[in-house]
This record gives sequence, structure tokens and C-alpha cells, in this order.
Amino acid sequence: MKQKVLFYAVSALLVTVWLVPLVIGVFTSFKSMDELLLSRNWWSPPADWHPRNYVTAWVEGNMSRYYVNTCIITVPSVLGALMVSSLGAFALAWYRFKLRTPILLLFVAGMLVPAQMLMIPVYRFSVRTGLYNTYWAVVLLNIAFESGFCTFCLRNFMLTIPRSIFEAAQIDGAGPFRIYASIMLPLVIPAMAAIAILEFTWVWNDYLWSLVLIQSDKLKPVTLGLANMQGKYLTNWAVIAAGAMEAAIVPVIVFLRFQKYFIEGLTVGSVKG
Amino acid sequence: MNRDHWTPYAFLAAPVTIYLVWVIIPIVQTMVLSLSDWDGVSSTLSLVGFDNYKRLLSDPYFIRSLKNNVTWIVAFVFLSLPIGLAMAMLFNNSMKGSRLFKTLIYLPMTLSFVVVGQVWSWILEPKYGALNTFLRFVGLDSLARPWLSDPGIVTYSVIAAALWRQVSYSMILFLAGLQNVPREQVEAALVDGANGWQRFRYVILPALWPSTVVTITVSIIDSLRAFDIVHVLTRGGPFYSSSVIANYMYIQAFNNYRMGYGSAIAVVQFLMTLVFILAYLASALRREVDYT
Repeated sequence: MKQKVLFYAVSALLVTVWLVPLVIGVFTSFKSMDELLLSRNWWSPPADWHPRNYVTAWVEGNMSRYYVNTCIITVPSVLGALMVSSLGAFALAWYRFKLRTPILLLFVAGMLVPAQMLMIPVYRFSVRTGLYNTYWAVVLLNIAFESGFCTFCLRNFMLTIPRSIFEAAQIDGAGPFRIYASIMLPLVIPAMAAIAILEFTWVWNDYLWSLVLIQSDKLKPVTLGLANMQGKYLTNWAVIAAGAMEAAIVPVIVFLRFQKYFIEGLTVGSVKG
Repeated sequence: MNRDHWTPYAFLAAPVTIYLVWVIIPIVQTMVLSLSDWDGVSSTLSLVGFDNYKRLLSDPYFIRSLKNNVTWIVAFVFLSLPIGLAMAMLFNNSMKGSRLFKTLIYLPMTLSFVVVGQVWSWILEPKYGALNTFLRFVGLDSLARPWLSDPGIVTYSVIAAALWRQVSYSMILFLAGLQNVPREQVEAALVDGANGWQRFRYVILPALWPSTVVTITVSIIDSLRAFDIVHVLTRGGPFYSSSVIANYMYIQAFNNYRMGYGSAIAVVQFLMTLVFILAYLASALRREVDYT
């Protein structure tokens, strides 16, 4: 009994302290500028709730545009990375060939390489091919860069599928692509969904690559847009806070809804944050 | 396993091509560019040998960035790991509400660094920021600081913000590791009369060693590529006092158009990371052997 009380006391205190930064963010986003400057009680709820800050961030702060851009970048990036890696993972899981281990290691190592090591050539390549300052520059980079992690995870999952299924299909005369498309893909859809959740939040939250590959304000994703707002509304913290909450809400909802997959993916991969 | 000769390569053609163009070839190109004086605009560049690297050795801002990275590593390994482990131990039970507590602790992990940076910039703001307001409120005025503009402490402030997210991550990895601790051993120790600390020290901790190694490796790799939060909070300032190599590379390459110099910084960062990537690969390869 004593232990139980102690557990709840410690946990509650810890969680409260842990969430202070977020709570401050939420409170700030609903306060008026006057209240922010006059009463400096950051931890108290707004005396007057100002949901207008959210409208200002959304309309004048251009968050609506940034949101659309993030979606246009994120959806094809995640789907593309999964499609491409499922091909590679299939070969790496089910065939024995000379370059199997080197290719696998290349994919695993690639996902750990610091972005700075690719940044300049990718920037130069994008400028030369005309991809620079388009959604495609970021989408294609994401597909390539994220395929290391996706290939690694998908392959590990494929290895858990009983081999007899394939052997039976082969005896029935199914070709490799048939086996891939009509047997393997349906079986790995749960794994792909789990990886997609994780990839979705990573790509949604990406900042660096858009910073390097996108210039026009009208193409910027929420992360860059939010950093932009900081310049525009430098003194109006309430509006920036509202923008930050708007930027955060989608990954938070996805996480709350699919927490199990999220954690599983992170522990299997345990390579990225 | 199949022994078909061309089929696997047919499947790998698309993924490997994309990977080569956007990941592998750029790595090689960065190495070549690091030996050049390319300015990012000119269509020509001349090779200057190891000049960029020699210059790095006497560049005080680079040295400063490097030192800050070491501080990051120390904080990520010696703060994030123990705190994450302690929290994992606390929540590793089937008590009612444990799940909710864990979910709430995970929340920062789902936020982008831009949002994390934004939130922390209000906490650390000198005049109206939450931290200083709080310190004055409880009468500790003397502890109030300009957290993000004092060159002596700014790196610690940035790391604090990054740790908020990193600790959640360590906790997730340790919670996963705790699932693999053999229950019978813990119970046997209990029967033998081992107290809580002894069970932790002599049974759980040794069993956690593999996940500890992974967590350390990943934490070091993460601290060596820290960029977003630094860029959002301080851009590495004031006067590079909170810069890290990833951030210094970006500034040199994309703000100062010294792409050759920037490449050299990237190569140094890469080589430092490589040591830990290889360590990670070694353990991945060992698991690979288990599979086949």
C-alpha cells in the first residue's frame, strides 16, 4: 500500500514537471499579448481565453499554406520510401546472392550517416537537375534517405514469415514478381503500416532538408513556416505559440492513436530519434 | 533460400539506384569537395589538397563547436541514460495508470525540434521567460540568467531542451530492454532475499547490458548530428558559443558559401560518427548471423 502511494506520488510529480514546457506552450497560445506582458504568471491558465491567436497563426501566419505543403511532401515521401524498400527488402530477405550482406550493410549504415555528409552534393544535384525549390527535391531525398531504415525493418519482418509459403508458391509455378506482389506484400502490410506511422512523424517533423532544398515561402512545410513566423511576429509570442501548437497537433494525434506501432518501430530500429 | 542469379538484382535495381544517387555518391562527392575551394556558385573549382583540414585545426569556432559536441555526448550519455533508465524502472510495472504516465512522458518525442525549440525559448527568455520568472518568484533572483545569450551557459541551455526529448527516447529503449530481463532470475533473487537495489544491481542491470550498449551508441550518434534545436534556438550564437559541428558546417556551407570548407567539416563529423556506426553495425551483423 505504501509502495503504491509512493509510486503514484512520484509518477504524478514527474509527469507534471515533464509536461511543464508543453503546458506553458498551450497556455501561452491562448493568452492575449497584454496578459502575457502584464502578469508574468506563465504557469497560470489564461484569464481570458483567446482562440483568435490560432486563427491569426493559421490565416495571417500562413500556417494553412504550410500545412498543405507538409502534406504534399510527407504523403508521397512515406509511400514512396515504403514501396521502394519493400522491393529491396524482398530480395535481401529471400535470396542468397553474393552482394547480399554488403548491400544490406550499406542500407543500414546509410541511415546513420549525418545529413551534413550528403547536404552539399544533394543541394548541387538538385540545382543542376532543376529539382531545387520544388516539392520533388525533398520528396525524392526523403524516399532515398528513409529507405535505409525501411529496408532494414521490412527485411527483418520478412524473415519472420515461414519459408514454406514461398516454396509452395514456387512449386505452383509462381514467378518472383508474382510471389512478391500477391504473397509477400499482403503479408507485410501490418509491418508497413507500423513503419509508416514512424516515418510519417519523422518526415512531418523534418526541418533540415527543407531548409536546404526549398527557398520559396509558398513551398515551405510547417517546420520551416513556424521558424519563419518567429521572424514575422517576433514580439507576439501568443501567435507563435498558437502556430507551434498547430504544427505539433498532427504528429501528437498520430502518436496517441498508434502508440503501439510507434514504440515498436522505434525499438526495432533503435537508430533514429 | 533461393539461388536464382539475376532475380534479386532485378528487385534491388530501383532501391539501390535511388540510394546511390542521393546517399552513397554524395558521400563520396563530399569527400572530394572537402579537398577543394568550391564556393557553391562557380562552375569550376580547384583542388587545394588538405588546406581546408589544416585551416580547421586553427579555426577557434570549429574547435569550440567540437568541444560543445563533446559536452553534448557527455550529457546524452551520463544524464539522458541514467534518467531514462530510472524512469523506465519506475514505469515498468502493471500498475493502473502506468500506461498513461508513459504516454505523457513520450509526448515530447513526437514534437519536431522546431516546436521543442519554440517552447523552450519561452522558458529560457531572460525577461519574461518561465524559468527566470519562477526563480524570482521563489526568491532566487541571483540564479536568474540570460540563458540563451550568456556564452558561458548557452550550450547547457540548448542541451537541456534537447534532453527533454532525448530522455523519453532512452526510456523507450530501456523499457524494451526490460522486457527481455528473465523473470525467473528476478524471482530467484527475490527468494534469495535480495533487496530492491541488489536485484537491480546484480540481476537487472547485467541483463540490460545489450540494450544499454545500443542506447549509448545511438545517443552518441544523435548528439553528433544535433542540428535542428541549435539552429532554432540560437543559430549557434552568440559568437558560435553554442555551435556544434553540424551547425557550423551548415553556416560555413550555406550562409558563407564556403562549400569546400563546409565539406571538410562534414567529413570530420562523418568520421567521428563512423566509429559509432561501425560499432552499431557490428552488433547488427551479429544479429544477422543469428538469423541465417
